[in-house]
Amino acid sequence: MSVKINKREVGGVTVVDLSGRLTLGDASAQLRETLRELLNQGQKKIVLNLGQVGYIDSSGLGELVSGFTTVKNQGGQLKLANLTQKVNDLLTITKLYTVFEVHNDETAAVQSFS
Amino acid sequence: MSPETRRVEMTLETKIESMDLGEEVARRVAATAGFDEDERHKICMAVRECLINALQHGNRYDPRKPIGVTFTLLPDRLMVQVRDQGPGFDLAGIPDPLSDEHLLKSSGRGLFLVRCFMDELMVESGRNGGAVVTMIKRYSSNHRGAGESEAEKEKQR
Ligand SMILES: Nc1ncnc2c1ncn2[C@@H]1O[C@H](COP(=O)(O)OP(=O)(O)O)[C@@H](O)[C@H]1O
Ligand SMILES: [Mg+2]
Repeated sequence: MSVKINKREVGGVTVVDLSGRLTLGDASAQLRETLRELLNQGQKKIVLNLGQVGYIDSSGLGELVSGFTTVKNQGGQLKLANLTQKVNDLLTITKLYTVFEVHNDETAAVQSFS
Repeated sequence: MSPETRRVEMTLETKIESMDLGEEVARRVAATAGFDEDERHKICMAVRECLINALQHGNRYDPRKPIGVTFTLLPDRLMVQVRDQGPGFDLAGIPDPLSDEHLLKSSGRGLFLVRCFMDELMVESGRNGGAVVTMIKRYSSNHRGAGESEAEKEKQR
């Protein structure tokens, strides 16, 4: 039911693949923990690949926003890639589309760092 | 109650697992009511947000306090009520999450989403205190009409 998170390194950028539902509870906590680990390791170029995420609730949205802010405050960048239609709509109505840098696919997101 | 009214009533425990359970029931009720996939998704999200609020702000994670949920299928709309045993609240005091001041906050988007996804949202105080949150979703024109009675359909022929 919850979310699966996998980290990969692509040309100096960390791609975090999420799949499932980003909702209140474990899923949000897992994302927070993953970002915390990356920052501790000095990984500050991060792409969240949301291609397999079809559902985010307000708690998951909150986690994305605080992740974005935390990474930024440490001199890094958190970008989003590969949004499903539902997540795209959600970021649009909440105006968060104007906050995040969103890319159509992973390659474009990774290249945007160089 | 008129014969074409159908109702599902349940009591959820105040714990995180109840959010998925309540949402699952919402999905089934919305399907029975004849809503399409897109509308079902919106109804589920709205119900989930109200359940989360009942858990967090209403019952404040107190497992001794139940969350009541009622789904009512009316001839022209689905009505969902979520009841908790908390302090209650007033919609007028809720800030706009789209304002510059609140855009980067990590919370405060739940009821905004409910408003986007449902046709109506009302908040009242329960008889014994607590919040009673009522959401309405009207059937759209291309609706399958599961909320209608046979008699109603007969009249339209
Ligand atoms: N069931 C409830 N009981 C008491 N207060 C509530 C309830 N639901 C919502 N609220 C109040 O409305 C505010 C906004 O709710 P919401 O939009 O879901 O954002 P969030 O839950 O992220 O704070 C909450 O912070 C809370 O103060
Ligand atoms: Mg909420």
